[in-house]
Amino acid sequence: MKKKAIAAVSAEHKRYLKKLRREDGVVHAARIGLLLLLLGLWELVAAMQWVDPFIISSPSRIARTIGELAADGSLFYHVGTTLWETLAGFAIAVGLGTGIALALWWSERARRVLEPYIVVLNSLPKIALGPVIIIWFGTGSASIVFMTVLVGIIVATLNMLSGFLAADKNKILLLTSMGANKWQILTKLVLPSSLPDFIGMLKVCVGMAWIGSIMGEYIVSKAGLGYLIVYGGQVFRLDLVMAATFILCLLAAGMYAPVALAERLLVKK
Amino acid sequence: MNKRTDAPALEFAGVSLTYHTKQGETLAADGLDFAVREGEFVAVIGPSGCGKTTLLSLAAGLLKPTRGKVLVYGAPPQRGTGQFGYMLQRDELFPWRTVERNIRLPLEIGRDRAPQSAARALALAEKYGLGGFLKQYPGQLSGGMRQRAALIRTLAADPDILLLDEPFSALDYQTRLNVCGDVCRIIRSEKKTALLVTHDISEAISAADRVLVLSARPARVVAAHALGFGDAPPLQRREDARFAGWFERLWKELNG
Repeated sequence: MKKKAIAAVSAEHKRYLKKLRREDGVVHAARIGLLLLLLGLWELVAAMQWVDPFIISSPSRIARTIGELAADGSLFYHVGTTLWETLAGFAIAVGLGTGIALALWWSERARRVLEPYIVVLNSLPKIALGPVIIIWFGTGSASIVFMTVLVGIIVATLNMLSGFLAADKNKILLLTSMGANKWQILTKLVLPSSLPDFIGMLKVCVGMAWIGSIMGEYIVSKAGLGYLIVYGGQVFRLDLVMAATFILCLLAAGMYAPVALAERLLVKK
Repeated sequence: MNKRTDAPALEFAGVSLTYHTKQGETLAADGLDFAVREGEFVAVIGPSGCGKTTLLSLAAGLLKPTRGKVLVYGAPPQRGTGQFGYMLQRDELFPWRTVERNIRLPLEIGRDRAPQSAARALALAEKYGLGGFLKQYPGQLSGGMRQRAALIRTLAADPDILLLDEPFSALDYQTRLNVCGDVCRIIRSEKKTALLVTHDISEAISAADRVLVLSARPARVVAAHALGFGDAPPLQRREDARFAGWFERLWKELNG
């Protein structure tokens, strides 16, 4: 009697799981279908000359452009340039931001002294510093890396600082009662408990790094995807603009993936 | 640590404490006078907000008295010597550490790398039923087991005095009676000196050898009673005929 009831529930549960799987399948198919539909429509509109493909380009033209860029090697040169600038800026912003946040956590006085400066720097549109950056760092990659750092560092600092300051007061009391010094409180409690904040900050900073590097390349550059986009716009080659934008989409998503993976591996619950 | 065996484990001699905030100053404790003998379990009850937690911070040397003296075995309390073990309302286990690494935490903080210290801490865990949970994370344990793990962590560095800050109040009623029984049994069998602050009169009666009653702020000791239950465990005390008598008396003193 009892056994039968359990068996009935489990059959129902199987149906429930099957329904969940089917729903997942539908969502995946719809995502891909939507992409294909939009690309198809775009191609059709261009092919039928309903809108001049000179203005809107088309998926096949974009593919051809990417093929040409790949064939003469310039694709890898531009992608490499932008990728290097973005990663360098990202790493410096994350490293320096975390370091500054640590210093501000350590000293309440430093925190209070620097607070208005951080508020102002945070609100300032970094692009306003463009001319200054060019004069200081020249027209090469250094300027672009600097711009990337500038866009990311305040966000990194503020995110980490709020994570550090959120460490449980009772746990600090507990450690203090065990005789812990500030360094031990930092390493045993504050750093491990702010791991989720660190991952969250990485996620935000990935986006910020791309904003910084492309913005930097818009202002001043001789190479990179941002350069291709600006150049393509100036000479009215929409195929080039769209191709560079498309590659940028892939790269940005590609850089987000390892961060999301790190989150799954490191952050429990 | 050189203990003067003739001195009480913990002594408050005319301890007063004044708090300073922007809004002004508050007299939190006014001339606290009491002593806890070695191996004694003393409960402190008082109206909420009377400064019970402050009393523990004073005992542990985390706060310095404005006037008067706190003495531990006849000497001022020293931070970082592992004299004190704190136990708080919540277990405060670190969720990213296994139960074993949580229990070893006080040894890490005290930079005690002696293998016999670790062995002793793990033996305690084994003895009090945590042996099978050492490799698990706190999130996988029940509330009662977590509080037990917190107690073993408190005992790991072999402190002279346990300071218990309402350690059962975050638990539901049934778990609370069980954990209180557990903790009292462990503290008595390890022969530890303990100072428990609580707002729960029956908890004080069921756990302690002696109960101190504090007044509303500024805290003063208004009464001290030796309960005379001996080593009887909490549940047995609750069934004892004297229990209701003590409850009524302490209730009146608290509200009087």
